[in-house]
Amino acid sequence: RRGLAPPAATVSQVTVRDALNQALDEELERDERVFLLGEEVAQYDGAYKISRGLWKKYGDKRVIDTPISEMGFAGIAVGAAMAGLRPVCEFMTFNFSMQAIDQVINSAAKTCYMSAGLIGVPIVFRGPNGASAGVAAQHSQCFAAWYGHCPGLKVVSPWSAEDAKGLLKAAIRDDNPVVMLENELLYGVPFELSEQAQSKDFIIPIGKAKIERQGTHITLVSHSRLVGHCMETASVLAKEGVECEVINMRTIRPMDIEAVEASIVKTNHLITVEGGWPQFGVGAEICARIMEGPAFNYLDAPAVRVTSTDVPMPYAKNLEDNSMPQVKDIIFAVKKVLNI
Amino acid sequence: EEKPQFPGASAEFAERLEFIQPNVISGIPVYRVMDRQGHILHPSEDPQHVLLLEHVINMYDPPNTCYLHVWLLTYTVSTCVTPGTCYQHVLLLEHVINMYDHLNTYCVLMYRGYPLDLFMAQCYGNSMDPGKGRQMPVHYGCRQRHFVTISSPLATQIPQAVGAAYAIKRADANRAVICYFGEGAASEGDAHAGFNFAATLECPIVFFCRNNGYAISTPTSEQYRGDGIAARGPGYGLLSIRVDGNDVFAVYRATREARRRAVAENRPVLIEAMTY
Repeated sequence: RRGLAPPAATVSQVTVRDALNQALDEELERDERVFLLGEEVAQYDGAYKISRGLWKKYGDKRVIDTPISEMGFAGIAVGAAMAGLRPVCEFMTFNFSMQAIDQVINSAAKTCYMSAGLIGVPIVFRGPNGASAGVAAQHSQCFAAWYGHCPGLKVVSPWSAEDAKGLLKAAIRDDNPVVMLENELLYGVPFELSEQAQSKDFIIPIGKAKIERQGTHITLVSHSRLVGHCMETASVLAKEGVECEVINMRTIRPMDIEAVEASIVKTNHLITVEGGWPQFGVGAEICARIMEGPAFNYLDAPAVRVTSTDVPMPYAKNLEDNSMPQVKDIIFAVKKVLNI
Repeated sequence: EEKPQFPGASAEFAERLEFIQPNVISGIPVYRVMDRQGHILHPSEDPQHVLLLEHVINMYDPPNTCYLHVWLLTYTVSTCVTPGTCYQHVLLLEHVINMYDHLNTYCVLMYRGYPLDLFMAQCYGNSMDPGKGRQMPVHYGCRQRHFVTISSPLATQIPQAVGAAYAIKRADANRAVICYFGEGAASEGDAHAGFNFAATLECPIVFFCRNNGYAISTPTSEQYRGDGIAARGPGYGLLSIRVDGNDVFAVYRATREARRRAVAENRPVLIEAMTY
């Protein structure tokens, strides 16, 4: 008998929003201790529609609309985690997490250590981070550096749909407190999701970076939305004969500095690209670690950081555009480091 | 008769175990001046102010509903604020009051004469904007008109307003602060801190809460389980009242009296204006 040809691997286009929604759906189904809470997550389907359909499917006990008090519901979530549940706590944006930051740091991050491992806090704090479009100073701050600073927390920052899905599932299954920094502008962007990534057990290990594009002349290290800008930069520069290696960090803490070091051994040049402010930022940490490690000897030029301008984000479009790194700024930095 | 002698509270003894039941079925009554047909119920409650009448006519006149223009912009906070809770209650607050507002009550700034041009300039973030395009739309502010620039995070204006009231008390005997917020924002920790400090520091401040039943999609049944915001006032030591926010005269009278007492007695007053 003739055998049937195996079906071709099905790759589909999935938006980051749908990938997050799938991840939440799958984890809510898999483990009944998992639940989602936050402002507008239930009946409104989520302020950014990430939890669309989940309240209808899982009901009041698993998807909970809270009163307007970040400190309140973050505290409640931490307490629930300490008591054995696995909450996913949504902040409408991480800017509002500042109202709750004592709960995130002093209660969630430090408790495992302070209790010598007796009390775990298996919680995920997630929500949009960093700049959006036209939301000005109080809605545009990037918190990667703030949360990445604290021992006891894991901090992830996805770019693609695959990152979003794999990291959220990994975060929910992780017994540590995890801060997941999403990006509002990425929610609607479609990415290819491989068949493997579509499976219900697809997780991306926390603490491992990914090389999104191979290159030989210079290493571009970035996270979240700016990985896309780096990819565009690489395409533009490839036409000029400059091959950029683009590393998507995926995790801020624990940082996969080995991946950056291995890349620098190959390319000898480094720039970091981030949406946050320059002082005490993610790029500053990467550069410091490179200097302290073996890869320093392979650098042919000082590393350069590309960051947002050191101002609170303005509202007017022309001002906003000039406050964030653009592709032209990354190209400029590459050429400066390569001295071309 | 023995009396309790605790520093924390002054009360009688009770000899039966009885819990206080929160009263949400028949809670604090809603003060109104007009009935549903608009007739004044008791002549003694009628404000009878000629100027007021003129403004009432202006208020219901369609050209003044200029917030319609704001809806055309990419971002705005649609306001369900009815006329009663925006114009009238600030009408006859003769003395200068600092205003700590939030997104839904910019009409008070409009009443103070802030030009429509500047409202629109702020929303567009163009070169005419006194805020120089830094802030999102509807985040107005005007120093000359004592209207503190609006800030996005909810309820942060409450403790700030209290601080300003404290400063004003020390500087000038005849001024007050009014602070606006919604019933959802009253859930924030800042609201608790603000109320408590206003009372303990004896500040001349009027807290004006607009309760329209919803915070985006979250109904009040999920926002709180007590008798609204007015019922919290006595818990903090605030003079409290609940008014019909759609009743122009009721809001006017309540706010006027609140302001008078806030300044005369250096104490905070809480007004909860019910609306849709």
